[in-house]
Amino acid sequence: MRISRISAQKSTTEEGKIDLSILDPLIQKYKNKKGNMIPLLQGTQETFGYIPTNAFLKISSETGLNLSEMYGVATFYAQFRLTPVGKYVIKVCHGTACHVQNAKAVTEMIKEALKIGDGETTTDRLFTLESVACLGCCSLAPVMMIKGEAYGKLDGTKAVKIIKNIRIQESQSS
Amino acid sequence: MGNKQVIVGLGSCGIAAGAGKVYEKIKALKEVEGLDFELKKTSCVGMCYREPLVEVIDDSGSYLYGEIDEARAIEILNKHIEHNIPVQEYVVHSDLFKTVDNTFTDSQVKIALRNCGYMDPENITDYENRDGYAAIKKIAIKGISREEVIKTVLDSGLRGRGGGGFPTGLKWRFANNNKSEDKYIICNADEGDPGAFMDRSVLEGDPHAVLEGMIIGAYAIEANGGVIYCRAEYPLAIKRLNIAIGQAREKGYLGKNILGIEGFNLDIYIKEGAGAFVCGEETALIASIEGERGMPRKRPPFPAASGLWKKPTNINNVETFANIPWIILNEAEAYSKYGTEKSKGTKVFALAGKVKRSGLVEVPMGMSIRDVIFKLGGGIQNDKKFKAVQMGGPSGGCIPEYLADTIVDYDSVNATGAIMGSGGMVIMDETTCMIDVAKFFLDFTQKESCGKCTFCRIGTKRMLEILTRITEGKGEMEDIARLEELAQQIKDSSLCGLGQTAPNPVLTTIKYFRDEYEAHIRDKKCPAKVCTGLLTYEVDADKCTGCTVCAKNCPTSCIDGERKEVHFIRQDDCIKCGTCYSKCKFDAIRLS
Repeated sequence: MRISRISAQKSTTEEGKIDLSILDPLIQKYKNKKGNMIPLLQGTQETFGYIPTNAFLKISSETGLNLSEMYGVATFYAQFRLTPVGKYVIKVCHGTACHVQNAKAVTEMIKEALKIGDGETTTDRLFTLESVACLGCCSLAPVMMIKGEAYGKLDGTKAVKIIKNIRIQESQSS
Repeated sequence: MGNKQVIVGLGSCGIAAGAGKVYEKIKALKEVEGLDFELKKTSCVGMCYREPLVEVIDDSGSYLYGEIDEARAIEILNKHIEHNIPVQEYVVHSDLFKTVDNTFTDSQVKIALRNCGYMDPENITDYENRDGYAAIKKIAIKGISREEVIKTVLDSGLRGRGGGGFPTGLKWRFANNNKSEDKYIICNADEGDPGAFMDRSVLEGDPHAVLEGMIIGAYAIEANGGVIYCRAEYPLAIKRLNIAIGQAREKGYLGKNILGIEGFNLDIYIKEGAGAFVCGEETALIASIEGERGMPRKRPPFPAASGLWKKPTNINNVETFANIPWIILNEAEAYSKYGTEKSKGTKVFALAGKVKRSGLVEVPMGMSIRDVIFKLGGGIQNDKKFKAVQMGGPSGGCIPEYLADTIVDYDSVNATGAIMGSGGMVIMDETTCMIDVAKFFLDFTQKESCGKCTFCRIGTKRMLEILTRITEGKGEMEDIARLEELAQQIKDSSLCGLGQTAPNPVLTTIKYFRDEYEAHIRDKKCPAKVCTGLLTYEVDADKCTGCTVCAKNCPTSCIDGERKEVHFIRQDDCIKCGTCYSKCKFDAIRLS
């Protein structure tokens, strides 16, 4: 999972449009504080949904943090993303309890339905599919989480139905 | 109507099961109909299998209702609140009469979970009313010395509940012996074991108990800085901890000269983890707080001498801290009277997997694993055959059915090759393939290895490759010996616990389920019918009614057939997802 995240293609055209000045308060807050690297990266990801290349450069030049160390940290932890994500991130739990209750089938069915692989985003930027380790709702296994809401006791068909409903809601509201 | 309370369980699992909607419904009805009762929130009481849970307390006693949706909530308000008639058929627990769920609750001894599900975790007064902060007050009023606190914890026999099992009092003594202007106390809430959710439930249900435990620990070792390192995947726990910290500061349990103890200054903040299993290891956790890649460091020096920012540091797990206030308040003997000779007190377990009642239980050490699964857990789902229980997550192992009479204590569980770990128990039945389980854990540790030690980084990868090839039917008999050899090398040459224990799931499955390995390798068969590489799905022509359900549900549309005619699976396009197998109502899909 990690390697694909590092080497994934980034669309540089889109990054040009990002307004990085909204990071200023965050940088001011953590500048010169010890142990500030992870909170800075977490704050950036919260703002943009991922960490744009330009944000790395900006944080580095304004705080003096070493660029290579920042990249090292960002690629070490599973939380950080270097590519943009869809509006809805589908986190399918693959903890032990979910695994023995056939979480694999849930992921497979979603992959088929959305025509994307694990860690990828649909072309309309609506969904990103992620496999995650344990969401801590083991008693409801298998579980997936979309926008902080957990859906339990799934099978592939149920999961796909939930996603289809979101897509319908989206097309109606737009 | 009398004084009534309606309490809704709003832990993560409860919310996932729909408790949030139930709470909103009850709240709306209360306002619209002007019903007279007090509406309160609480967290997980442990009966996850009955979520969402709603408790009604009236003048006669308490009624805990289970599996409550909005319709049932309306019924309860109507009958019980308005007309004083409890709805018996939904009651799962009551202090007035016995229910089928009593076997789940009766054998439990709740110390770490003493408040979970019994109070509003966002209300400090609720905690104080249940002897909260009484332990630190006792220390302040009686002037109990640091050494006496450490001795009480040592005498209680409490051992690290995160999995290490190191005596907590001893750890505190080491940290106390190292003098320094600044010292730190850290709570390890980076609960990474897949299949374990004890710490999440404690943090969500009783955050103040963890804070009080940390405050007492800080007093004992003279720490002036506190950090809770919590998984970012637990947003509700973080939210409730933040509320608790704010309230504790306001009330003077955190700050300067706490409770009038001269020179006892402490503040606590939360550090969100960024998703790396290895950060459960003490030195990696410290590196992560310092903002670096979470890679373990060489020990010695141990954190007790040189930890966070090179200052003496003490790290304990959530459950360990939650036990501390109770021990100080009730004295060491009250705790050590539970348990076995070398493992005192109680342990929280998270039951999950193929068990009827999954949830959170706290039992005295010394209970047999079989009793935990069958008495408390109610046995195996669909009454299938109990095969094994996985304890200790990726560092642990699988204990087979015939060893289920092993008692839960650190040394007995270790003797099986598994470990007590943080308390996850994933129960497996005859439909679970043990090689698949071993592969699952190796896949996990292989991804989570930080990469520092060569054997852990590359050795786990090689082991995973061997396991994968066995599950695909390409294994050789020599592979079992190769796995064992690699496992030993990884254990011997890894710096931290992750690598030293990573081979355990493989070693225990080889030890207890060697026949399954041989079946995969020699006969190219998966006895549990899990390893898809060794299976084909076929339609049984005698049983197929041509209902088209399988064809409609097949994600790759590889099932052909007209209505009312026998269907056929095109093997080339089949991804072996098993959907047709689970959807067929006529048992007409065969696995071979």
